[in-house]
Amino acid sequence: MSFEVGSEFELDMAKGKSVSSDSRKSVMYYFRNPKKYIPCIYVVFLMLPIYFLVICSFKTEFEIKNSITPIPMLGTLANYKAIFSDPQSYMAFVNSLLYVFMNNVLSLGVAIPAAYVFSRYSFLGDKHLFFWFLASRLTPPAVVAIPLFQFYSTLGIVDTHIAVALAHCLFTVPIAVWILEGFISAVPRELDEIAQIDGYSFPHFFIKILIPVITPGIGVTAFFCFIFSWVEILLANWLTTIDAVPFGSIILRAGMALGLNPLGWLSAMAVLAIIPGVLIIYFVRNHLAKGFALGQIN
Amino acid sequence: MPALILVGGSTIIPLLTIVNFSVHDVFYGNDFIWVGSKWFVEVLNSKVFYDTLLRTFAFSAIVLAIEVPLGILIALSLPRKGKLVPFYIITIAIPLMIPWVVVGLMWRLIIHPQWGSFGSLLSLFGLQIDLNNLVTAWSVIVFVDVWHWTSLVVLLCYSGLLAIPNMYYQAARIDAANRWGVFRYVELPKIKRVLMIAILLRFIDSFMVFVEPFVITRGGPGKSTVFLSQSLMRTASQQFDLGQSAATSLIYFSIIVLFSWVLYKVMSER
Repeated sequence: MSFEVGSEFELDMAKGKSVSSDSRKSVMYYFRNPKKYIPCIYVVFLMLPIYFLVICSFKTEFEIKNSITPIPMLGTLANYKAIFSDPQSYMAFVNSLLYVFMNNVLSLGVAIPAAYVFSRYSFLGDKHLFFWFLASRLTPPAVVAIPLFQFYSTLGIVDTHIAVALAHCLFTVPIAVWILEGFISAVPRELDEIAQIDGYSFPHFFIKILIPVITPGIGVTAFFCFIFSWVEILLANWLTTIDAVPFGSIILRAGMALGLNPLGWLSAMAVLAIIPGVLIIYFVRNHLAKGFALGQIN
Repeated sequence: MPALILVGGSTIIPLLTIVNFSVHDVFYGNDFIWVGSKWFVEVLNSKVFYDTLLRTFAFSAIVLAIEVPLGILIALSLPRKGKLVPFYIITIAIPLMIPWVVVGLMWRLIIHPQWGSFGSLLSLFGLQIDLNNLVTAWSVIVFVDVWHWTSLVVLLCYSGLLAIPNMYYQAARIDAANRWGVFRYVELPKIKRVLMIAILLRFIDSFMVFVEPFVITRGGPGKSTVFLSQSLMRTASQQFDLGQSAATSLIYFSIIVLFSWVLYKVMSER
């Protein structure tokens, strides 16, 4: 799918060139001159605080507290070494990754069939999917946390990864269904029928035909589930005590008493908490672009 | 279909539990005493609740007023093709992927008068970011929220703009529309749907803002940055007033649902 931009098209017409000609240089920006700097300025604005955090993580404690320099003068890896030699610190990341992964699997496993049902059949309440999704975003975690804790202690799964993963399903499943519904609705109904005529059984059709078709959608969905589960701290903190403590709790605890804890170590923890997010954006970037385009169809 | 039941259950059960809590006096989460509408009356008569509510509304209004126009402007000025597009999308999406507690911590470090880059820069000019000052504390929280969430508006609007077929621009060209005209009559109607989603999401999230004020100002100075979710959390986890907090959250919940519904209706009819 290609997107022609208005002014570029006009420009080409004026010059008498063919529209499809490759005019990459003149097309970089849709707006006239001053405005083409806006995205750059915005990106710098977004990146500066992160940059500060990253350099802090490579500085020694003395340097952080005594001089402000744009690059670390006495570069050190001591902060990262401290984290990776302390099981409590690095296991926190493993814990978080584990429950996020479980949550992703659970949400997708539940949401794909549900989204299919929402997309293909009509029943009571199917028009209110968006509101259902909103409602789940509205439920204050603070109050859900208490009944959930009791519920999970009855089941005996407090302080396990699966507890956090299940709790996060509260908000990841609705958003997953909502996004996937859009993608499945974009797939023509005829595909289902043709597959049926060709003798595919329903599960076979689902796995062999439907899922490959909506892969970009699954990518986008996984991306969103990841975001919501990874950044959430309140429930994760609440439902864990020792064995499944997420990195967020450690940062929260240490961050409350700024100055009592080594800042370099804290920055390094924060940087490590950012990395998975950046990695996953990088991996799904193509799917994301496609997802944006496809999501528009309906 | 079983999936559907499971999914439905995951949202409905906690909600029902909250309703159950809200009409009882709960002790240690086990003993329930029926108190009817007592908690609702109590909450609706307390000044603290209205103060917090007003504060939360003010915060949402300020944040939306800054983020929506800014987000549209940036989305419009992003290139739609070219090698830089993936770079922009990735960098713009990064703030959304940062755990909220890290965002709060990061900004607390940055504005620190001695150790933070921005804070110490200001100290050179004799200025200091004083979180005990009401205006400063609010500006910092709003600023952090803008930094964190404008990207969401940008990405959604950008995806809406990408979907506009070229012929609309040609038609506008034939009608000799100026830049504002193109935006008002071509782009705005086309991105209305995604813009609505962006505004709704931003409204809800800013209405439930919790972690950043908690980490940066801890509700201070005084109680000037205590928002609804934080006071809710306080009632629930420190005073163990489950009934009252459940009642508060139901009121809170209905306010958001009502608002979202009105917003949704208004925007989809236009």
